[in-house]
Amino acid sequence: MRSITLSQAVNEAIAEEMRRDSSVFLIGEDVAEAGTPFKITSGLVEEFGTQRVIDTPISEPGFMGLAVGAAITGSRPIVDIMFGDFLFLIMDQLCNQAAKAHYMSGGKLNVPLVVRTNLGATRRSAAQHSQSLHALVSHIPGLKVAMPSSAYEAKGLLKTAIRDDNPVVIFEDKLMYQDKADVPEDEYLIPFGEAAVLQEGNQVTLIGTSSMRQVCEDAALILEDEEISVEIIDPRTLVPLDEKTILNSAKKTGRVVVVDEGHQNFGVTAEIASRISEKAFYYLDAPVIRMGAMDVPVPFSPVLEDLTVPTAEKVASNARKIIAGELLHEL
Amino acid sequence: MAKKINTNSESYLKMYSQMVKIRSFEDQANQLYLDAKMPGLTHMYSGEEAVAVGICEALTVKDKITSTHRGHGHCVAKGAGLKQMFCELLGKEEGYCRGKGGSMHIADQSNGNLGANAIVGGSMGIATGSALRAKLNGDEDVTVCFFGDGATAQGILYEVMNMAALWSLPVIYACENNGYSEYTATDEIAAGDILDRARAFGIEAHKVDGQDVLAVNKLATDLVARARKGEGPFFIELITYRYHGHHVGDINRTYYRSKEEEENWKKNKDPIKILGDWLVSEKISSEEELQTMRDDIAAEANDAVQYALKANYPNPNEVDMHVYLETS
Repeated sequence: MRSITLSQAVNEAIAEEMRRDSSVFLIGEDVAEAGTPFKITSGLVEEFGTQRVIDTPISEPGFMGLAVGAAITGSRPIVDIMFGDFLFLIMDQLCNQAAKAHYMSGGKLNVPLVVRTNLGATRRSAAQHSQSLHALVSHIPGLKVAMPSSAYEAKGLLKTAIRDDNPVVIFEDKLMYQDKADVPEDEYLIPFGEAAVLQEGNQVTLIGTSSMRQVCEDAALILEDEEISVEIIDPRTLVPLDEKTILNSAKKTGRVVVVDEGHQNFGVTAEIASRISEKAFYYLDAPVIRMGAMDVPVPFSPVLEDLTVPTAEKVASNARKIIAGELLHEL
Repeated sequence: MAKKINTNSESYLKMYSQMVKIRSFEDQANQLYLDAKMPGLTHMYSGEEAVAVGICEALTVKDKITSTHRGHGHCVAKGAGLKQMFCELLGKEEGYCRGKGGSMHIADQSNGNLGANAIVGGSMGIATGSALRAKLNGDEDVTVCFFGDGATAQGILYEVMNMAALWSLPVIYACENNGYSEYTATDEIAAGDILDRARAFGIEAHKVDGQDVLAVNKLATDLVARARKGEGPFFIELITYRYHGHHVGDINRTYYRSKEEEENWKKNKDPIKILGDWLVSEKISSEEELQTMRDDIAAEANDAVQYALKANYPNPNEVDMHVYLETS
């Protein structure tokens, strides 16, 4: 099978869906000739023209609003939000308008649009270009949230997102754009709400979203050297969340570490951990461990920034402790 | 009054009846609030009828509008039925939104009403996006974005007017200037001339007497035709007045405007009276015929209220329905 980068996978997904459905268009800052700062959409304007690959002024609330209006009246826009941090700028249009229109209209209005954006620290970009804000939108009923963890997932989930009749926010890890993975040449879709069990094991479950899947896989290699059997799960979408796969794994291993790059407080790790605690408590041999980003604005200095995100060593260390029956936190 | 325009007696009478329908609807809605029969609050359109009717009578059913928290007038003017509207106001299952939206969120897509919006300025992007869709698809419809003077203080207006002007989108920004931004005089919140804000983007901007439905309709008819030909966008400031407070509960309001001012508008600038007097003076109708029309419409509104009061509430199992559209 051929191997392509996550960036190429996203580009292919958009191009394939634009060929398939003439109501799909791409809108955002520098998406046409510039191909975005990450060069993800390069070549699309040459194939589809400026009518369907639309460069906008730097007006995130404005062009997000345009996408909502176009979607309500029959188009299927893909909105490019250059950095995940800029989600704060589009909150009214995304959360008050797009997320609620279907419900508030009693099912009359539909908003089939995709917001493509990114997450991830350690790019030395400081606190306004490094946030992982997926928990924020996962909190809002009416939005779906996808978290691809490799080029394969990026393509399959984005194609599903474009075909979905609801507003979907898809977060790509900006540090993974050049990472390659096996991606079939034939068309495929990845359904929402189906987690991937990347590796089966029976002593501890590591749940890793997006960028943290690789961290979990690296942690598993460390643990396997110590003859610890590890199961790894990538939820792939947060909304809808494949609770069944997660609970089944928790029941099997009895120990779970949830790893996610969003802030730990009130975050995705807390949500998943609490669902496991509520629904699989009597199967657990240890508290469910949350590992999110440190609850500080992302610092610029590399020495400081690297301290803020979960690492494979820390994940392995926490897994080791709960297997040994040690408490992570003083009572 | 504007001179006779390229229309006929039938359309003048339609405008009259539509304005009366809005007024009758609002009188009933206000009474529902006073009688504590309506959940929540609502924002009355009374006094501003010529704006919605003058513009919507220049549109076809395929043309789109976006509306505001003060949206009943736009909704009626674009063709909505009173029964379904009252049902929505009362949270009943036969309402336009099955009772899930209420007064501030009525959407009636079958008539091109993309929905009222409870965020001030919240629909400016939606209206402009609808126009973008029309342009991309080669569709011939025009979108009118209704908003108040208060919403001109929202930044998104300037973002979307910039894009609409850059891309020549078929959208008309209709600013209903009723003189008050909630409980504050517009003079206190708006610097400079509102029309200049649109003109800064190269958008052709007009001011019109929003109590003169024929003047509004004449201007709107012209601009809609030009927008359809790709000459948009346009901006209209319509000078009007709201007879009630910001919402039905805003009763003691002398701290921001005088009773004399309110009485002056009602007595001398009422859009229904202005058109009625003109219809009689032009012998298009008689005072008796107009009275009969008003009585019939008031009875229709009363019937609609009685129907809505007796209508069913939604089944509780609908509470988590319509969060997502699931098609597979």
